[in-house]
Amino acid sequence: MKKLITAFLMTMMPVLVMAAGDGMHNDKVDIDLSNKASLQNGAKLFVTYCLSCHSAKAMRYNRLVSDLGMTQEQVEKNLIFTSDFSKKEDGEATKVGSLMEVAMQARDAKQWFGTKIPDLSVVARSRGADWLYTYLRTFYIDKSRPYGVNNQRFPSVGMPHVMWELEGFKKAVYEDHKGADGKVHKVISGFETVVPGKLSTVEFDNAMRDLVNYMVYMGEPALLVRKTIGVWVMLFLVLFFFVAYAMKKEFWKDLH
Amino acid sequence: MDKLVALLGWVDERFPLSKMWREHLSEYYAPKNFNFWYYFGSLAILVFVLQIVTGIVLTMYYKPDGDMAFFSVEYIMRDVNWGWLIRYMHSTGASAFFLVIYLHMFRGLMYGSYKKPRELLWILGVLIYLAMMAEAFFGYLLPWGQMSFWGAQVIVNLFAAVPFGIGEPLSEWIRGDFVISDATLNRFFAFHVIAVPFVLAALIVVHILALHEVGSNNPDGIEIKKNKGPDGIPLDGIPFHPYYTVKDIVGVVVFFIFFFAVVFFAPEMGGYFIEPPNFDQADPLKTPAHIAPVWYFTPFYAMLRAVPPMLGSQFPGVMVMGAAIVVLFFLPWIDRSPVKSIRYRGNSFKIALGVFVVSFVILGWLGTQPSTPGMTILAQIFTILYFAYFVALWFIPKFEKTKPVPERLTS
Repeated sequence: MKKLITAFLMTMMPVLVMAAGDGMHNDKVDIDLSNKASLQNGAKLFVTYCLSCHSAKAMRYNRLVSDLGMTQEQVEKNLIFTSDFSKKEDGEATKVGSLMEVAMQARDAKQWFGTKIPDLSVVARSRGADWLYTYLRTFYIDKSRPYGVNNQRFPSVGMPHVMWELEGFKKAVYEDHKGADGKVHKVISGFETVVPGKLSTVEFDNAMRDLVNYMVYMGEPALLVRKTIGVWVMLFLVLFFFVAYAMKKEFWKDLH
Repeated sequence: MDKLVALLGWVDERFPLSKMWREHLSEYYAPKNFNFWYYFGSLAILVFVLQIVTGIVLTMYYKPDGDMAFFSVEYIMRDVNWGWLIRYMHSTGASAFFLVIYLHMFRGLMYGSYKKPRELLWILGVLIYLAMMAEAFFGYLLPWGQMSFWGAQVIVNLFAAVPFGIGEPLSEWIRGDFVISDATLNRFFAFHVIAVPFVLAALIVVHILALHEVGSNNPDGIEIKKNKGPDGIPLDGIPFHPYYTVKDIVGVVVFFIFFFAVVFFAPEMGGYFIEPPNFDQADPLKTPAHIAPVWYFTPFYAMLRAVPPMLGSQFPGVMVMGAAIVVLFFLPWIDRSPVKSIRYRGNSFKIALGVFVVSFVILGWLGTQPSTPGMTILAQIFTILYFAYFVALWFIPKFEKTKPVPERLTS
């Protein structure tokens, strides 16, 4: 059956290579959704660094309880840092059944960053894991930008280098490249650390892999069970095929 | 049991239940040589029912509101029990519906199923195809992602290309606004869940009634009704039920294996069934770099882009695209060969059909690609080849060497 599925998918392949590509390079990230520790670390990084400005308003905190193997207390204590002002004027701690909203007003965001701040619930599905992994690791010093940094994957992005504390700051190293137009362009060939952060390069890469892992999970929580259920459905259908085929044969026996 | 028989008798006196069962199932005689290509009719009905059932469930949770639509879909994907499965079945079902219908139509082209006495049956089928296109177009706006929004924008703008000052007001009337907006979403929702499904269901019933009136064609293209036994039953016919019902069950299971393989293992189908940009919420201020419709529309999209604008209007392209579908209605009268099935037709027909199918597939691929001058030339060539098929069909019978058609079914 696997062969049949593979064969079917292979025949579809030529039409499946549509790239969401803008021609820029993405570093490959090797994520593992079955690695709970990685997902938990990713969730921690997400609520600490991303959730201050970006919302993830399709995601409920308590999904982390059921999906990532944490207790409700752990989630409440370690992962919920926001307040809910919808009922009381002074606010109250956000409840575990709530969505991942942010307090920042869209109007303020527009003033501070020059753009609407995108919701990150399903960003892993529109951008892809490799894109996110590359983007998170290619911030470099650029004094011409309002927050002093630019990004190689997403040039002139409005976002500051939020992870500077972990990664430190690095500058871009340029190389001369002859473009298709025959002119020489300066192209980023690599990075050089200027101010070291709390983490080494390898540690930071691993942290970003965990974060991307979490964001892929958050993009589609059903991913954790979807394929497993699919295997059972396939098994049932294959068994049922033999039953259905035997029945067809039995009925058609008397035809000549 | 006796009581059930009595109940059936009671119903039969008031409604032709047993009669309908006989006419359409137990005493509907179908040719006994149906092959692989004859699964797709019943599969199309299956997918239609799946779309209706999953669609009803989705409607219970979806919010047709510009501010809420996008996240209500994510709500279904996360907070509704098994919502992700229902949603993926519906999104995969849309593509499966077109795939099955394209194969169903190809079968008709191969075995000449559009020819006398099945002209009306074919026309009803093309009408179903048109209704499906409308249904898919309205439905694709509902997730309210970037592709939903800009895809709808492109298609509604086709109407704006109509000349004589009709286009602009016409497109505004369709949108209910100057841009695609909440008003558009609401009315597309109405069309998608009520209006078009009603039309589709009615057309499908009429299609089947027409089929059962003239009888099914078969891979040999021979009318089985010409050879009847003393009992008035076609000699080469077998009752649809139980023979084809049990056979179609096998077809359904095999179809489900492929269908659920996509649903569970690759619901986005590499960006062809669900496009990645559709996970960005619709934003009228941000045009995506590359807008491509879903794969089942791309052959026509490629034709649209292949035709250069004339007098500053895209209308010629729209006309060509429309003609590509309208020409199908005339197929029964374009192809005048007395031989139905490809099995007994000459090489010229086989080559023409092959070129036609390849052109359609390549146009489909071209429609997914950003347009470049080279691609546009390719699209122009294959658009011409698409239409050339219908011209060829007209002339081929004049010189075609057909094989003798047997009196009875061969297999």
